[in-house]
Amino acid sequence: MRSLILTTATRYLLPLMLLFAVFILLRGHHHPGGGFIGGLVASAGFALYGFAYGMPEAQRVLFFDPLKLIGVGLLTAVSSGLLSPILNQDPFMTSLWGKTSYAALGKLGTPLMFDIGVFLTVIGVTMLIILTLSEEDMVEEEGII
Amino acid sequence: MHEAIADPGLVPALLSGYTLSLIVPWLSRILRQMTGWFLALLPLGLFIHFLTLVDEVASGQILTANIAWVPSLNVNLSLVVDGWGLCLALVVTGMGALVIIYASSYLHGHAAIGRFYTFILIFMASMLVLVLADNVFLMFIAWELTSISSFFLIGFYHEKESSQKAALQALLVTGAGGLAMLAGLVGLTAVTGSSSLQEIQAQANLILQSPFYAPILGLILLGAFTKSAQFPFHFWLPNAMAGPAPVSTYLHSATMVKAGVYLLGRLQPTLGQTDAWFYTLTIVGGITALLGAWLSWQKTDLKEILAYSTVSALGTLVLLVGIGTELALKTAVLFLLIHALYKGGLFMAAGIIDHETGTRDVRQLGGLRRKMPFAFVAVLLATLSMAGLPPFLGFIGKELMYEAALALPSYALLLTGVLLLTNVLMVTAAAILLLRPFFGKPKAAQPHHKTPFNMWLGPLALGVLALAFGLAASSEAISGNLIAPAVSAIVGSQQHVHLALWHGLTPMLGLSAVTLLGGAGMFVVHGRLRPSMVRLDTAVQQIGPGKLYQWALAGTLGVADWFTRKFQNGKLRYYLLYVMFFMLLLVGGTLVFRGEVAWENLALTRIGLPELILAVVLLAAAGAAVRVESRLAAVAALGVVGYSIAVFYILFSAPDLAMTQFAIETLTVILFVLVLYRLPRFDQFSSQQTRVRDAVVAGFVGLLMAGLTLMAQAVSGSSVLTNFFAESTYTLAGGHNIVNVILVDFRGFDTMVEITVLSVAAIGVYALLKSRPGK
Repeated sequence: MRSLILTTATRYLLPLMLLFAVFILLRGHHHPGGGFIGGLVASAGFALYGFAYGMPEAQRVLFFDPLKLIGVGLLTAVSSGLLSPILNQDPFMTSLWGKTSYAALGKLGTPLMFDIGVFLTVIGVTMLIILTLSEEDMVEEEGII
Repeated sequence: MHEAIADPGLVPALLSGYTLSLIVPWLSRILRQMTGWFLALLPLGLFIHFLTLVDEVASGQILTANIAWVPSLNVNLSLVVDGWGLCLALVVTGMGALVIIYASSYLHGHAAIGRFYTFILIFMASMLVLVLADNVFLMFIAWELTSISSFFLIGFYHEKESSQKAALQALLVTGAGGLAMLAGLVGLTAVTGSSSLQEIQAQANLILQSPFYAPILGLILLGAFTKSAQFPFHFWLPNAMAGPAPVSTYLHSATMVKAGVYLLGRLQPTLGQTDAWFYTLTIVGGITALLGAWLSWQKTDLKEILAYSTVSALGTLVLLVGIGTELALKTAVLFLLIHALYKGGLFMAAGIIDHETGTRDVRQLGGLRRKMPFAFVAVLLATLSMAGLPPFLGFIGKELMYEAALALPSYALLLTGVLLLTNVLMVTAAAILLLRPFFGKPKAAQPHHKTPFNMWLGPLALGVLALAFGLAASSEAISGNLIAPAVSAIVGSQQHVHLALWHGLTPMLGLSAVTLLGGAGMFVVHGRLRPSMVRLDTAVQQIGPGKLYQWALAGTLGVADWFTRKFQNGKLRYYLLYVMFFMLLLVGGTLVFRGEVAWENLALTRIGLPELILAVVLLAAAGAAVRVESRLAAVAALGVVGYSIAVFYILFSAPDLAMTQFAIETLTVILFVLVLYRLPRFDQFSSQQTRVRDAVVAGFVGLLMAGLTLMAQAVSGSSVLTNFFAESTYTLAGGHNIVNVILVDFRGFDTMVEITVLSVAAIGVYALLKSRPGK
């Protein structure tokens, strides 16, 4: 069962949702948002794409193996905390901030890096569960999606 | 007394092992057979680095490094290189290099050799941190890391059930001891107000007079005794021989099992010099020394003989530290070196024999000296040192041992007797190890090919060192620069050490002669004695500590099994019922008990028309979720409940929560649909009774949560936390969004743990679904 409306809409919705997810991630420090919500929005986008085109397509669009996304996400989060002990010999997870302020981004700092780690982990976790649950032999064979 | 010098290179040097272990899987793919030699460069480099520090440390300096880690909890990366730590660091790095080279041939072609390198490097780095740590908590962390890496290394052949059991046993015994030790270390910190071993040592009087001295001592001894396989915890060490030979060599003879002895030496000035210390250590050490030696000659498996003689040597070390005189401590340091040199070589040689002939049973081995010349020379050198023949280092150690025991004001004869008996049996074990495999008629088990260079390099080098150290014992390099600083660090004052092969005609020389003769005599009769002794040993083991461990393990598992069946029976509805019921009981009960249930405590003025309308929608949706007869409809109804709650968040000005709730709710519905599509329609419905029960619990929980929310609204505004976050979010963390700043900065550590839990859950789902039968 493929809906023409859904497939057409999704083609335009996915990039928008991903853009929106990144937007939420980046504005999080000053306005409502953050890595967790951003990750959920991005996952919702991929899930929607999966409903429209089938989950194997969603995996193709996601490009990265969700298991590896989880690993990279956790590693990013931990590394953000390790920068301080390595560079300044401060305790783990002391935040570091850059000097210059960028348009739209504000100042760059380890909290943002940490949030990016959360973002990636959340996408990895959600997509791993969704993709595993919708494995071919579970759902698609029976002609449901 | 000491001059402390900061050494900024110390921390990176010690952490290099962890870094290297991370990239080993890739390295071993690129370097292939050369991986072992490449990886050995790290311990070798560290060994040379520590060698260059020997002169500095011998001249009375100590090197320190300190990085704040969790200063608020007194946990810091603080390291100190003094004589005692340096002595062990040299053993750890030197043996490390030889063992890695040895393993590259021993495990050549094994599919998981990369994993082996990873764990052995983690172990080496942890062991170094352990012996050089000044912060007690850092030492504890390293201590546990050695236990964990030991678990993985013992269980290296994880397909075998015996390996699994042995690995688990070692982990449980040393892990439990480690936890006891942690409590003891916390006690030391609480009494002295410092977590630095040096500062604790400076306040030894405070501890000795403290009413907590006895519990602190007991707990720390538990840690040391389990790690160093002292009676009655000795049983895990022989079982740990299930690991590959390089692991037995490195962890279970030369380094890790010495950690307990290291700790006792380190704490001797702090906790020692009391009767409790003297009696506990000498009795436990004495029993372990005798028991290990007694069991070692009865065994026929080369590695088992070595394992029990290691137990015996560890007992001797504990006994010597317990005696605590300067002479005894000198002997302990010397004997630790002696043992590392000969036992390391013997374990590697046993590995060679096993690797080349396919058996370790001495009854099937014989006449190998021509076929395996390098292994033979290595074993010859090592066993001569083990038996304590001049001019080997082992001879000097044994002389000193007797001298230390004879010089005691009390119990001199008893302790000399214990040491004499132990040494006699060790001579027997040494004779079995040398004569049975290498002399006599060649038997069925013969080597298949020539021993590779990588494998005989280690044992031969160690054997030659045992001889060279003995010949050069009196030199400044050995006794003055290596032994004396270590003894000084343990005793706490500058010590001079003079070692010599020839002391003249002394009682000690006589005892040495008796030892050798006794051991030789015992060797002659050991074959005839063994069957009856093995029967006796088997009978005793029915009620021994090994059995106690099994009972305790089975008992714990039984209780856990019963509890799990009772409370986690696999039916989610009961989990929910339990959780909700107990929440009602504890939270609601507390409210009633404190008399807080009153209308005036609720912020009823916050409820307006929008809230009321939402509440009606919510209730209707919840009612629908309960009543509908299709799972999909129930999920949709639950979605409505979730979205309504999100709207509540908006009304109560929590946009972050609302956004998260919307996203979560959407994804939850998707996940539900994916799962529920596979399930049939509801066809079994709960009985009327069950429904009433559930409705009562659910209704009260709903009332409780609504009441709590309204109560929280009534008290907010005066909260300390709210004010703190409102004021410092921008000033301290440079952000305007309080919720996000709390998540990524103030409580970032919580978030880190949460995403880790999320990841584990996702991997759990993945593993469960991928491992379904028929997949």
